[in-house]
Amino acid sequence: MERNDILLRVQDLRKYFPVRGGLFHTVQAEVKAVDGVSFDVRRGEILGLVGESGCGKSTTARLLLRLIEPDAGEVYFEGLNILKVFAAGMKVYRRQVQMVFQDPYSSLNPRMNIEDAVAFNALVHGASRREARAKAWDVLSKVGLRAEQFGRRYPHELSGGQRQRVNIARALVLDPKLVVLDEPVSSLDKSVQAQVLNLLQTLKHDLGLTYVFISHDLHVIEYLSDRVLVMYLGQIVEIGSAEEVSAAPLHPYTQALFASAPSMNPDERLERPPLTGDPPNPINPPSGCRFRTRCPHAMDICAADTPPLLPVGNTGRQTACHLYHDETKTNLPTP
Amino acid sequence: MWGYIVRRLLLGIPTLLGVTLIVFSLMHLAPGDPISAMLPPDAPQEVVQMIRQQMGFDRPLPVQYWLWLTRVAQGDLGRSIATRRPVIQDIRSALGNTFILALAAACLGFTLGGTLGSFAAFSRGRWADKMFSAAAITGVSLPHYWVAILLIIIFSVELNWLPAMGMQSTGSESAGWGEVARHMILPTIALALIPMGVITRMARASVLEILSQEFVMTLRAKGLWSRTITRHIVKNAAPPVLTLMGLQFGYLLGGSVLVETVFSWPGSGYLLNLAIFQRDFPVLQGTILVLASFFVLLNLIVDIVQSLVDPRIRRA
Amino acid sequence: MNPTVLEPPRPTQELLEGPSGKPMSYWQLVWWRLRRDKVTLTAAAVILLIILSAVLASYLAPHDPFQGSIRKRLAMVGTPGHVLGTDEQGRDMLTRLLYGGRMSLVAGVTPVFIALLVGSTLGITAGFVGGRLNLLIMRVVDIFFAFPSILLAIAISGALGAGLKNTIIALSIVFTPPIARVAESVTTQVRGWEFMEAARASGAGSFAIIRHHMIANVLAPIFVYASTLISVSVIIASGLSFLGLGVSPPNAEWGLMLNTLRGSIYVNPVVAALPGVMIFMTSMSFNLLSDGLRDAMDVRV
Repeated sequence: MERNDILLRVQDLRKYFPVRGGLFHTVQAEVKAVDGVSFDVRRGEILGLVGESGCGKSTTARLLLRLIEPDAGEVYFEGLNILKVFAAGMKVYRRQVQMVFQDPYSSLNPRMNIEDAVAFNALVHGASRREARAKAWDVLSKVGLRAEQFGRRYPHELSGGQRQRVNIARALVLDPKLVVLDEPVSSLDKSVQAQVLNLLQTLKHDLGLTYVFISHDLHVIEYLSDRVLVMYLGQIVEIGSAEEVSAAPLHPYTQALFASAPSMNPDERLERPPLTGDPPNPINPPSGCRFRTRCPHAMDICAADTPPLLPVGNTGRQTACHLYHDETKTNLPTP
Repeated sequence: MWGYIVRRLLLGIPTLLGVTLIVFSLMHLAPGDPISAMLPPDAPQEVVQMIRQQMGFDRPLPVQYWLWLTRVAQGDLGRSIATRRPVIQDIRSALGNTFILALAAACLGFTLGGTLGSFAAFSRGRWADKMFSAAAITGVSLPHYWVAILLIIIFSVELNWLPAMGMQSTGSESAGWGEVARHMILPTIALALIPMGVITRMARASVLEILSQEFVMTLRAKGLWSRTITRHIVKNAAPPVLTLMGLQFGYLLGGSVLVETVFSWPGSGYLLNLAIFQRDFPVLQGTILVLASFFVLLNLIVDIVQSLVDPRIRRA
Repeated sequence: MNPTVLEPPRPTQELLEGPSGKPMSYWQLVWWRLRRDKVTLTAAAVILLIILSAVLASYLAPHDPFQGSIRKRLAMVGTPGHVLGTDEQGRDMLTRLLYGGRMSLVAGVTPVFIALLVGSTLGITAGFVGGRLNLLIMRVVDIFFAFPSILLAIAISGALGAGLKNTIIALSIVFTPPIARVAESVTTQVRGWEFMEAARASGAGSFAIIRHHMIANVLAPIFVYASTLISVSVIIASGLSFLGLGVSPPNAEWGLMLNTLRGSIYVNPVVAALPGVMIFMTSMSFNLLSDGLRDAMDVRV
């Protein structure tokens, strides 16, 4: 697999949501949901996107599929700027980039049976009814649901795990190249999670897919991803391979995240909570580095300058922290 | 909070204007020349033309609308063709009569509705609930003008207990309240049916929803009952019911035509009916306008009161 | 008008699978639940009876609805040859009631159908497109909401004049705004459900999305709401004729008959009250039917 072939390139993506209020429903403030996000997705990898609720992960996912329009920034898919494409071009793009949604209950049309729901995607792109159904049956069997048994069923007759498999099948029916998965296992029981995650890995291997995998669960991200992207309050704070980031996280936020993930080892008990304070308001983020109000290593420069995302070392790691920039370089703080 | 109130008030203005536009269009879309209704059929053409010019009927429609609107804003609703009195005078006295009737029907209907609905909710599933719910559906399905006739048949014709017509018996000049009250009983009952049915259903649904809150269920299961719980139920179940009551009152004011016609109760509905058949356009126009405007005002008040009571509305 | 609040249906245990356990579509589920509701079934049977008797009036009626002799006027119920008596012009009541059903039913049900079509289109469009178009459509709809229904019906009828056609037009105008409002509200809610996003992510165009995904989910609540309007419509339509604004004599229509018989309540009160019984039965049955429909369609019980 071409590890250096870039499938998707995101540059300085921004999305602000207006907050209305006051006498005449005027725009009073903006929620800076995604505020200058840049990263690459390499062909054949699993890129994990992790962060707290409200950090902008889901918004980013929807921006990638252009389900919402960005306020600024560029998105290139295989070199093509998808933000400048019109209807026909979008349809082609949609074939190649698909999404698996979070909530297994509301992401399926309650009035459509399973095979119709999956076949719909194929129908949209010109397949005949028979072809679409055949494709639907094919992909349903790939996710482990026998079409003869499950095809005519309705969403309310399936369990959460089964519904999520249908979700995956629906995303795969058009043979996409990139699949964005927005917290696909978060609503499932732990035992079912494992099954679905294994399924996702198998599918990726068999069909040659690339994933952008979004989650707030560190263990899942660690388990599944090749590279990891950490977001905080609308910005990326760290990028790196999964092993490196989990073994030695650089950014104080990443360190706190990994430290607070419960461990299976009873000897590793936490003395005190690694992360204190409340996450700041995305309408009015702190000046400079957004994490500085909760960062144990905050310095004066952190309030003045927003640290840019810069490479650290030459293994492809990047981090946005003044601790690693030349002017203020200190030793790598240990977690 | 004030933001919401101001916004709501401002919203009322285009609504009111829209209402005037609709009333104006209705009257001018009507087939039949308003002029010919005013003059004897053999009037010479020049006279007709002159009157037409005088009353401004030959001007383009938007101009007519504007002129009419400015007059209305000053309180001039024109003169009745039939009685030659200023329309606003007739409407004022008629509206007063309707108001009395509507108020009485509202009291009756709302009290009955709230009580029956609450009882039905408390005895959910048992025969009392089924009975009260059936009463509610019946109230909404009965044609009130038919009930009015039935009431007259039973109480006036057969039993001769209560009068069938008007606000006071003919012959008496200034009627005491007792007289009016006697005349009011039957029309009030007929008019109260629909609000009773509507409020019963809403009250039942609203109280049921509060009762199904888990902590209320727990307390009831334990047999604990206190004034606090009752107060909680009332406080939380009341708002949607009260809102509906406000709206229903508006319907009572505006929709009393049929009952008033049956009982010859001299209210705005009766006036409306008369105006239609006499093709008395100024009265028709004025009455509809006043009634609709009242309804808009009522909706406004209901919305504002609701926002004061329920803070969730204010943020919308 | 009660606000209709929807949530995406969550799976609950009971009553989600039919008795046999084989997969049931939503509509099959509704049908199965309806079949078990005795009250609703009875109401439906009554309505069917009324409709049939109106349609087959010419076969069922013993006399001519317009033919009457003054000698036989206001005969009592049970008079030989006139089971339900005669009216003030000596016409047979049973015949008039049967034929009257035609007018009353048409005047009552047709406007709701028309309002359903027009109102749904307006509301669904407004809800789906959103933004300024939504605001514009709903503002106009709100202006019509400023009139109590009966008042508006009378105003429009008064302006247009008497006659069945005008009554239908008037009532269609009266019922379109509430249906439009419910349609818009429901559409806006459904639009927020995730599977709608998934449909957009598939690359489908707006029409395809509406047709395949939205309509099926939106139609049920709108339809149920419209069905609750039929009983009101029948009452108002007959009420309009009662006032002389609807069907005109010598046609038979229940409201009109109530009016013309009003003067005879002193002489023959039972006959004078008969047409109202029909209106009441029709309205009540439609009410019970629409209630039963609503209960059957509410999957979450």
